[in-house]
Amino acid sequence: MEIGMEPMTSVTRRQVLLAGAGLLSVLMVRPGRAAPTDMEAAIQAMVGKAEIRPGRVHLEIPPLVENGNAAPLTVTVDSPMTEAEFVKTIAVFNEKNPQPNVAVFHLGPRAGRAQVSTRMRLATSQKVVAIAELSDGTFWSDSADVIVTLAACVEG
Amino acid sequence: MARPLISVPATAKRGEIVEIKALIAHPMETGYRPGPDGRVLPRDIIRRFVCTYNDVEIFSADLFPAMSANPFIAFTTVAVESGTLTFTWTGDNGFSQSETATITVS
Amino acid sequence: MTACAGVARRALGPMVGAALGIAVAAAAEIPVDERRSGFDFMSRALQDMQRDDTLNPGMLWVLEGEELWHRKAGAGNLSCADCHGEATSSMRGVAARYPSYDEETRRPVDLQGRVNFCRTRHQQAPPLAPESQELLALVAYVAHQSRGMAIAPDPDPRLTPFRDRGRRLFHERQGQLNFSCAHCHDDNWGKRLGGSVIPQAHPTGYPIYRLEWQGLGSLQRRLRNCLVGVRAEPYPYDAPEYVDLELFLMDRARGLTVETPAVRP
Ligand code: HEC
Ligand code: HEC
Repeated sequence: MEIGMEPMTSVTRRQVLLAGAGLLSVLMVRPGRAAPTDMEAAIQAMVGKAEIRPGRVHLEIPPLVENGNAAPLTVTVDSPMTEAEFVKTIAVFNEKNPQPNVAVFHLGPRAGRAQVSTRMRLATSQKVVAIAELSDGTFWSDSADVIVTLAACVEG
Repeated sequence: MARPLISVPATAKRGEIVEIKALIAHPMETGYRPGPDGRVLPRDIIRRFVCTYNDVEIFSADLFPAMSANPFIAFTTVAVESGTLTFTWTGDNGFSQSETATITVS
Repeated sequence: MTACAGVARRALGPMVGAALGIAVAAAAEIPVDERRSGFDFMSRALQDMQRDDTLNPGMLWVLEGEELWHRKAGAGNLSCADCHGEATSSMRGVAARYPSYDEETRRPVDLQGRVNFCRTRHQQAPPLAPESQELLALVAYVAHQSRGMAIAPDPDPRLTPFRDRGRRLFHERQGQLNFSCAHCHDDNWGKRLGGSVIPQAHPTGYPIYRLEWQGLGSLQRRLRNCLVGVRAEPYPYDAPEYVDLELFLMDRARGLTVETPAVRP
């Protein structure tokens, strides 16, 4: 990032789009891959051998945050949330913090709606992944890239 | 610091989906951050959050160092009957804190 | 220690001024109709975090402050409430008008200084340390009672020389980078410095919940961050310079709305 001052309107839309390319590739847990990233390993620990499908999960997080210490996020899953069909677990992972896990939420039909919100740390610009486990044993996911701008005057 | 900040509607209609928000003061020290003397500060986080509704667990969360300081969690529940929601946070160094909120369901 | 990512860490190269690319001409004051709170420069997500009390972590301190307000302390075994009653009425408007003149020290005193005077003079209790959670909580609780009110500085003429000194400090070049507050906050507000937008430096929401701090902090702490940002030695906590600056900043922010507890990046 440049130190020159620019008008604040130039929020780096371009960077957001660039970072968005190839977004879902990380979700495919590729067996036999030599060194899975920590995040892939953490996701695999959750889903085991099951397939993760894109869809049904909506991860909402600002594409650009002014400070990585508290990025607000909401995960919503398309589910009727009935006794017969509900979301059991929603887990959030990150790619570049020292640890890949953020939180695992356990819910059930009594939630009425499959939706959770929280705030997470982002050590740097990176991908965030949300995975939902449904009562039928299927896994669904969504991901998003977040750009973290550098704070100006900070205490080190 | 003192009390957590809980937001639960005081009243609801039976069957209504209500939103619950919970905010608690806690540093969520990651265990990866150097302190003023340059040595890494030991991890000190809340690891678990549980919400019960008239003693039945309706929601819980496992938390990791990537959660923000003063963690915030929002979720929903169906208002089934009048009663008490109990929120409990537990974590490192014996941390344990609880708070309750009442809801009147008609 | 503090550091300014945008300035200190990277701008120590040969061409500081040029690298920053900011105009360092004579500072012109911001016209009244262009005055904007730091709130206006934040993302929607952060604005929401401030606006909704159930999302605003600063409210944890306000809640704590309410408890402390009613807690007895000191040799006199008196609580703030024992003398001041309900803060919702007795403290309303106080933060919108502070700093104020203190007869005893014959100097201006800011809100946190006043709270500590009440501790030592009226409660016979030791003063609370700068930036201690207790002091921040009490000040946040008191200032919160003015939320939504327009900033209306105390007209006491005895404050004038101190406010003038604050104005001079604001325009004085400081630190290794040789910047004045005005260079950034009058002349270059709205532009980016590193990743941050330079706000107009209106003290509308103190104490603030700053994400960078992951907690609540005072205006003095904020000013220290800016001083270190230009590689100046910050004044020690409770130095008169901070109160003088605060007097000037509040005057400069006249008419803007008190937001305590504000959220800032
Ligand atoms: C024994 C009575 C007493 C107690 C206890 C007390 N105060 Fe005060 N307070 C005063 C008086 C008297 C003043 C007027 C200024 C002065 O004479 O010190 C005052 C002034 C103030 C003011 C400035 C009000 C204004 O309009 O300028 C604030 C803010 C304040 N007190 C906060 C507190 C807080 C917070 C506490 C508890 C930590 C507290 N006080 C405890 C007596 C008290
Ligand atoms: C090099 C540019 C620069 C200089 C010089 C500077 N500041 Fe700042 N100031 C900033 C930036 C950037 C921020 C916002 C930081 C952020 O959001 O991370 C800021 C924030 C502030 C705020 C917080 C406003 C709010 O909305 O809460 C105040 C008050 C302030 N500065 C006052 C001062 C004073 C007084 C001085 C002189 C002693 C000064 N600044 C010098 C860049 C500067």
